[in-house]
Amino acid sequence: MSTTTTTDGDRHQPILFRGIDEEGLHTLEGYRRRGGYDALKHVLGAMSPADVLAELQASGLRGRGGAGFQMGKKVSFMPAGQMDKYLICNADESEPGTFKDRELMQKSPHMLIEGMIIAAYAAGANRAFIYIRGEYQAQADILDAALVEAQAEGLVGERILGSDFGLTLVVHRGAGAYICGEETGLLDSLEGKRGNPRLKPPFPANQGLYQGPTLINNVETLATVPHVISMGGAEYAKVGTETSTGTKLVSVSGNVQRPGNYEVELGTPSREIIYDLAGGPPEGRTVKLWFPGGSSAPVLTGDDLDVPYDFDALAKAGSMLGSGAIIVVDDSVAVVDVALKLAKFYKHESCGKCTPCREGCRWTVSMLERVDSGVATPMDLDIMASVQEQIIGNCLCVLGDAMAMPIGSMVAKFRDEFEAHIEAARTRNPYGDEQPSPDPALVQGAAA
Amino acid sequence: MKRKKAGTRAADQVGTNGRGKKARGTAFDGHEGVSPIPPVPRFGHGSRVPGWDDAADLRKDPAVVPDAATTPVPADLRAEIEAHMAKYPDHRSASIPALAAAQRHHGWCSPEAVEQVACVMGLTPGYLFSVATFYDMLETHPVGRHSIFVCTNISCSLCGADDLLAAVLEAADGDPDLNIRSFECLGACDIAPMASVDGVYVGPVALDEVGTLVAQIKAGEPPLPAKQLGHRAVAEPLAAIPKGPTTYGGQMPEEAPGPPAPVEQQSPIPLQDEGQGEEGAT
Repeated sequence: MSTTTTTDGDRHQPILFRGIDEEGLHTLEGYRRRGGYDALKHVLGAMSPADVLAELQASGLRGRGGAGFQMGKKVSFMPAGQMDKYLICNADESEPGTFKDRELMQKSPHMLIEGMIIAAYAAGANRAFIYIRGEYQAQADILDAALVEAQAEGLVGERILGSDFGLTLVVHRGAGAYICGEETGLLDSLEGKRGNPRLKPPFPANQGLYQGPTLINNVETLATVPHVISMGGAEYAKVGTETSTGTKLVSVSGNVQRPGNYEVELGTPSREIIYDLAGGPPEGRTVKLWFPGGSSAPVLTGDDLDVPYDFDALAKAGSMLGSGAIIVVDDSVAVVDVALKLAKFYKHESCGKCTPCREGCRWTVSMLERVDSGVATPMDLDIMASVQEQIIGNCLCVLGDAMAMPIGSMVAKFRDEFEAHIEAARTRNPYGDEQPSPDPALVQGAAA
Repeated sequence: MKRKKAGTRAADQVGTNGRGKKARGTAFDGHEGVSPIPPVPRFGHGSRVPGWDDAADLRKDPAVVPDAATTPVPADLRAEIEAHMAKYPDHRSASIPALAAAQRHHGWCSPEAVEQVACVMGLTPGYLFSVATFYDMLETHPVGRHSIFVCTNISCSLCGADDLLAAVLEAADGDPDLNIRSFECLGACDIAPMASVDGVYVGPVALDEVGTLVAQIKAGEPPLPAKQLGHRAVAEPLAAIPKGPTTYGGQMPEEAPGPPAPVEQQSPIPLQDEGQGEEGAT
């Protein structure tokens, strides 16, 4: 497959979404009917953990949760030797715009469980947790039911399928916190604390849950593992581009006619996803800006629609693939509204541990409110941009960066509109030019 | 020292004299021009109802692990918490599921509820309040029995979620039985604008359906059955997309062949007769 899949060329068959709407797929029987757990049988019968790791590395599978780190590499960081090791499936999926994991867990929970058992085998972990966000009650119930079925059939527990390998699996429900999607925040939350991120290093692979080595992967990544095994790592690597292998579930939402989850081969032109699959913005409107990877990704504009949808091409275009959530904003929406909405969300979700993020988010909201009410001057935009710069890279986790990057990119790319918005709001503002002048005593140099 | 610091913090919240003594009133003294902050809710005996910043009454010693002999815990709640504790190598991991269980039992994480959890888990109430105040779904104030979380994050607000929230608030007309609030992204942007009604996802909710929705919730009926998430299929699988040239940005094919029917945000298609949907969310 080449990177430039044309509209009339052949598309790759879906891997994760093959027959996803089939009735009864969420039951063990339905999943087995389609060859489910065959990969696990093959792994436990004929492969050593090193073989599985080799397949994962050959596949080039990159993490689907946001960072895009190679899964094989992550597994290889786990220390060898006898000790308590843990595998965690990050099903917190709180990135705005993302809903792919929900679909997978709801419709094919056994695919995730099978992937987790294989990944735990490769990593030498004997305890696994699925940290699912508390809002996904229906999905957690489905996972619980699937787990009971799997345990009854000896697929989870001690001596899985008669082998020496055993694994306990627990579905852990969160209680609503964006920060718990961050891996170290998730660890603290899973240990029963407030979900504050930890200092890294030590990385979770060395010291994670209960101080033990921990492998953390996203739902989609783990659900892909059985397919990597059954296709073979080298075969899987042929799908997609050289550095972004495989297919990706893309959640398209916002101002599009057919919002939903679509499975695309990595490297598909973004225009094809937004227009052909999701139907593009409503008639008569055009794409003003779009987030390629959830609301934390720097925005791209209508001029960037031909960027191939893969990790490296999007990074080159100044954004990121992130969690694979495309949010489309059309030309009827004011960019200031989008920025304010976003900033308020991050302000609410900042855990407050690091000052740049806690204060930066708060001040960004205040400054955007000034822009919106017409009290601001164009100089505020410069201050706002500098605040974003001071957040990036200065906190324990990337929540602050996740606000700073899109807001910074919006101010940079739509500065004219921000300035016009200030001007228009100032005209509307009943106070007009009669801004109360500052107290003379406070004006610099007044005392002199 | 510590007391003073915390007192100043409380003063920021309620506008009191910083000692917490005369805080009982509603007085918002000073800070003209800033919007008044509602008074801190209090129990009959004068202690503040624990909020985000006032989990402990600063005039008392810190609470210790409650004594099992003087803290009655309902048997079913105790059994549920102990079952959660048994699942983890470190039983503290069960604090979120245990608090959620207590919340289901008591309606909110009341001081009594937290004390019971603390008693069973062998933790201090302060530790558990610190957890309860961190998470959005754990309520540290009394709330209505039915929760309506309207997602007002970016994707939903692009599809009119702010109007939806306003309409729901209006239709509810201050009913104390309904806990209505805007929520972070609920992970269902494909059915935007949407709401989570007692954990059941419904959407896209049109403004003229809000009255029906609220009436159904009050009557204890399933909310908008045809619009529940469990009835929705994945947007067309890739194979169902017609191959062949399409015009970018131009006219799209009327209808893609094969199931399932796409949902349009402006004019939602009723999904009752969708053959493939699961009943997962019901």
